[in-house]
Amino acid sequence: MTTPTAPLLSAQGLHVAFPGRRGGAPARAVDGVDLDIRPGEVVALVGESGCGKTTLARSLLGLVPPTGGRVTFDGKPLQYSSRALKAYRRRVQLVLQDPSGSLNPRHTVYDAVAEGLRIHGGVSDEQAVVARALSRAGLRPPERFFLRYPHELSGGQRQRVVIAGALVLEPELLVADEPVASLDASVRGEILALLLRLRTELGLAALVVTHDLGLAWNIADRVAVMYLGRIVETGDAERVLTAPQHPYTQALLSVLPEAPGDPVVLSGEPPDPSRIPSGCRFRVRCQILASGEAERAGVAHRCRTEDLEVLGGGGEAQVACHWARVPDPAV
Amino acid sequence: MTLLEVRNLEVTYPGGVAAVRGVDLSLTAGQKVGVAGESGSGKSTLALALLRLLPPGTRVSGEILLNGEDVLTMRWGRVRAVRWAGASIVFQGAMHSLNPVHRIGDQIAEPVLLHQGATAAQARRRAGELLEQAGLPAARASAYPHELSGGQRQRVMIAMALACDPQLIIADEPTTALDVMIQAQILGLIQGLVTDQDVGLIMISHDLAVLADSCDRLVIMYAGRVIEEGPAQQVYENALHPYGQALSASFPHIGDPASRFAPRGLAGDPPDPSALPSGCAFHPRCAEALEGCATEDQFLREAGRGRRAACVHVPVGVVGVAARDSSVPEQAADVTELAVGTGPAVEVAQSAGPGGSSGPGGRDEQGRPGGSAGPVERVGSARHAGPTDPARSAGPTGPAEATGPAEPAERATPAGPAEPAERATPAGPAEPAEPAGRATPAGPAGPAGPAGPVEGMTTGRAAGRAEGSDSGTAAARAESPGHPGTGHPSPSPGPGPGPGPENTPDPAAPPHDTRSPS
Amino acid sequence: MTAPPVAGTGPRALAWQRRRRSAVRFWARYRTHRAGLVGLAALGLFALVALTAPLTVGSDVSSVTDAPGQPLESPSAQFPLGTDQFGRNLLGLVVWGARVSLLVGLLAAVLSVAIGAVVGITAGHFRGAYGTVLMRVTDWFLVMPTLVLAIALATVMSRSLGTVILAIGVTTWPTTARLVRAQTLAVESRPYIERARALGGGHWHVMSRHVLPNVMPLVLAQTTLMVSSSILAEATLAFLGLGDPTVVSWGGLLQDAREAGAVSAGDWWYLVPPGIAIAVVALAFTLCGRAVESVLNPRLGVAG
Repeated sequence: MTTPTAPLLSAQGLHVAFPGRRGGAPARAVDGVDLDIRPGEVVALVGESGCGKTTLARSLLGLVPPTGGRVTFDGKPLQYSSRALKAYRRRVQLVLQDPSGSLNPRHTVYDAVAEGLRIHGGVSDEQAVVARALSRAGLRPPERFFLRYPHELSGGQRQRVVIAGALVLEPELLVADEPVASLDASVRGEILALLLRLRTELGLAALVVTHDLGLAWNIADRVAVMYLGRIVETGDAERVLTAPQHPYTQALLSVLPEAPGDPVVLSGEPPDPSRIPSGCRFRVRCQILASGEAERAGVAHRCRTEDLEVLGGGGEAQVACHWARVPDPAV
Repeated sequence: MTLLEVRNLEVTYPGGVAAVRGVDLSLTAGQKVGVAGESGSGKSTLALALLRLLPPGTRVSGEILLNGEDVLTMRWGRVRAVRWAGASIVFQGAMHSLNPVHRIGDQIAEPVLLHQGATAAQARRRAGELLEQAGLPAARASAYPHELSGGQRQRVMIAMALACDPQLIIADEPTTALDVMIQAQILGLIQGLVTDQDVGLIMISHDLAVLADSCDRLVIMYAGRVIEEGPAQQVYENALHPYGQALSASFPHIGDPASRFAPRGLAGDPPDPSALPSGCAFHPRCAEALEGCATEDQFLREAGRGRRAACVHVPVGVVGVAARDSSVPEQAADVTELAVGTGPAVEVAQSAGPGGSSGPGGRDEQGRPGGSAGPVERVGSARHAGPTDPARSAGPTGPAEATGPAEPAERATPAGPAEPAERATPAGPAEPAEPAGRATPAGPAGPAGPAGPVEGMTTGRAAGRAEGSDSGTAAARAESPGHPGTGHPSPSPGPGPGPGPENTPDPAAPPHDTRSPS
Repeated sequence: MTAPPVAGTGPRALAWQRRRRSAVRFWARYRTHRAGLVGLAALGLFALVALTAPLTVGSDVSSVTDAPGQPLESPSAQFPLGTDQFGRNLLGLVVWGARVSLLVGLLAAVLSVAIGAVVGITAGHFRGAYGTVLMRVTDWFLVMPTLVLAIALATVMSRSLGTVILAIGVTTWPTTARLVRAQTLAVESRPYIERARALGGGHWHVMSRHVLPNVMPLVLAQTTLMVSSSILAEATLAFLGLGDPTVVSWGGLLQDAREAGAVSAGDWWYLVPPGIAIAVVALAFTLCGRAVESVLNPRLGVAG
């Protein structure tokens, strides 16, 4: 999946900061991110809550204006005029975490799916388009669902309706924010399989925002691990998930229930994004630094003082860690 | 000693929705039982029922014996006492369970003041200790809930649950909505507390992987019933019930090429508890359903070594014993496979377990008499959950069974006397003694691989473990660690009724490789 | 995969089908509220009487010049409710007065709720300066004594029904605005609003397609409740002599009765019927409003 095709969506040096409360320092939710998504590629953006992954996804959609850097789509920088945004949102769609919340309880399935068509207009055979989107999303026969209300559907069906509502505009990219987090385990696989099938059938690219590394393994070509507003490790899913370089990725993987070896349980919680530590942003929780491993590798000082540059957004494997970059780290 | 014993619990909500339909469960001090299931499976209702926290008008029947005392019939005053001192519950959504206008220290101290008659100063000190136990600095006692993060609030909930030294902790989705790292912290905390204080833990979650990792035994619920139970790792890695299999398959193993780009799940939706399908509630979503499944309800049946599952494909009356239920011919196939896979070792172990022992080995008799090698041996007490009981014992068709006496003996050991108790539970008392004798040789059916080796290893492990702890718990422990290796006894009835000796774990292989593909 | 449209199920037909279903569902639920049914029956009766008044009593019932009876006759077979000081048939006047009272009550309530809904939705949707200013204005109206304001308005403007409606409408909207704004804020925080925005929907789309349908139940319930207070306000204004002197309304009848000295003379038949009529209609609307409110409770998220 590392074909050198031009990226479909690309973030360059993206920053999003929210004003601090009562004059406090601004919260730098996204603090310098480069990320490319190529056509037909599934990228998983992984991180703990509060790491800025959701804000990043929203700013990629133009729902949150960036305070720095830019987003380009199909080679052209994203404009924030309402007309330009409307045109953009025809091509990039959002799928939210909670399917029960993302459907208006007073709209029927038909209305929910047709909503995008009605906003953008210009469709002569609305009903056929809606029916096609529903059946693509696995709700067959679609007519049976037209007049149902969201509360009459199960969680999995609702998420399919949301996906159908996104598909109806024939987008090129789907941004899915925790698409299965609120679904039952047995239903998750079906929804993920649907996303994969859409990629195969329609060439749909997807950015999947998740905290679940297993999900990334299931469907992603590429994984970007985010910590405190910045991507700390990126590369092919196989590589990042089976041979993680960054101590944070290693820790995340080690605490999964069936992970081999001893779990590395980081203490505490990620710092507040309004107080990002100097030096490496992960250093205060870093197990490598704490265990003296970094000292031995001779990078401890740099860990404490030297911030790492923003990783490139391309497909190549990269890691933002002084220690991991030491040749043959601390064997 | 059995701390909690639930017998045939049924809960029906005022609207007529039967949320729990006959659940048996038992737990000893220091044991951790995980209850897994999807939304609507009745797992949370079960938790609420244990402490009589259900809304008024709910019909509850059966027995919930907490230290031998029936929670369902006790008077309210006693129930209130039990809620603190006997058992306490940690809910999901800690934010909603904490009062936003009170300092957390006061909230923790409240039950101490109320139930233990402590002075204010003592209560405050106790609150500080509890917070530290839960991994928060005692100084945080003066914080308000909104000043804490989600993980910290969950720690506060745990501190509150510990306030009156309960013997049983019920954790309802304790880590849902927490990040993996915080989840690992909280799970570690809970585990540590259970071990240190020797309390019983019932952990309810939809996350089978987490439960398998942190509990001794696992109970899978579907539509208000327990459809499978057994040692946690075995159930997770080698479920017998098709639903259990689908559920565990839906948790991908990172690094496992089989799940790469192949998310697995289960078609269909969880059943609506107010309109359950007829017959086996799972049949509409079951890939292996037979015609009879639509009409014939399935009950838990013994499936080997402390394991039970409620599926037609799990031969009834397994037990190394003669019992076989000839009414289920389809099974024959699986049976074979089972027999094969499971070395004698398994069998034995099973038999050690209380009546439940079902040695898969025995099974094949049914269809294939040819296969049976030795005389069937009957474990004294086989108890079957299934209705057909009597029938079963009757028809040993082909006796299979050779026994390797030697093995059993050792296997039995780990179990120790205590074991039977817990194992037995479902079925009822079983006879501990029995086990010793039974080994069941695998059915001829198969290419039964070398049986011998298996046991060697299994035993070793089991024994080792068992040694450490002598309590009833030991048993459980012994089991779980054995995991893959030992575990494997469990026949995974491959999907599909077809006979498939392939599935069987190669006994000779080292424990870790044994996981059988399912 | 293209599903051929089933005969007769264009989007429009689907919409109708949906509306019919929700109407049926609404009625099924409404029927379970006995008080609501009683209120509805009472309203139906009053509406029927008011609508058929031209046939039953005729417009000349209010004519002073050819009054059929003697002044202030007590009830009799000919005049079941007696006569007023001009000898007019009081039963006829009460029936005729229903037309004005109901009309003014309904129109004023609709006006008031419409203003309130627009202010509430926009203030909830456009936060920031616009919303803040709007809500300050609302608060200002809220703390003003409604009746005094209405009296002031009615005094400075010409005496007509329109004035009365306007006076009531522009003074009673702030409560509705507050309620609607609160509901709007709740709706706006729902994920489906974000989804609509991500689909490309603008302000108008969000307000009309998502916010409005969700505040509609509240608005409906508020309207029915507001009607009764509007009828009371109309009666009050008329009683104070601020109504349109050329039309007969219940409040106007009460004022006439007071001026004619019915209170001191003990001419109860002059006072009681309009008073009871006002009370009954106001009560009927309140009962209906409560029933509608509980059926459409937005928290239950049904119907619409």
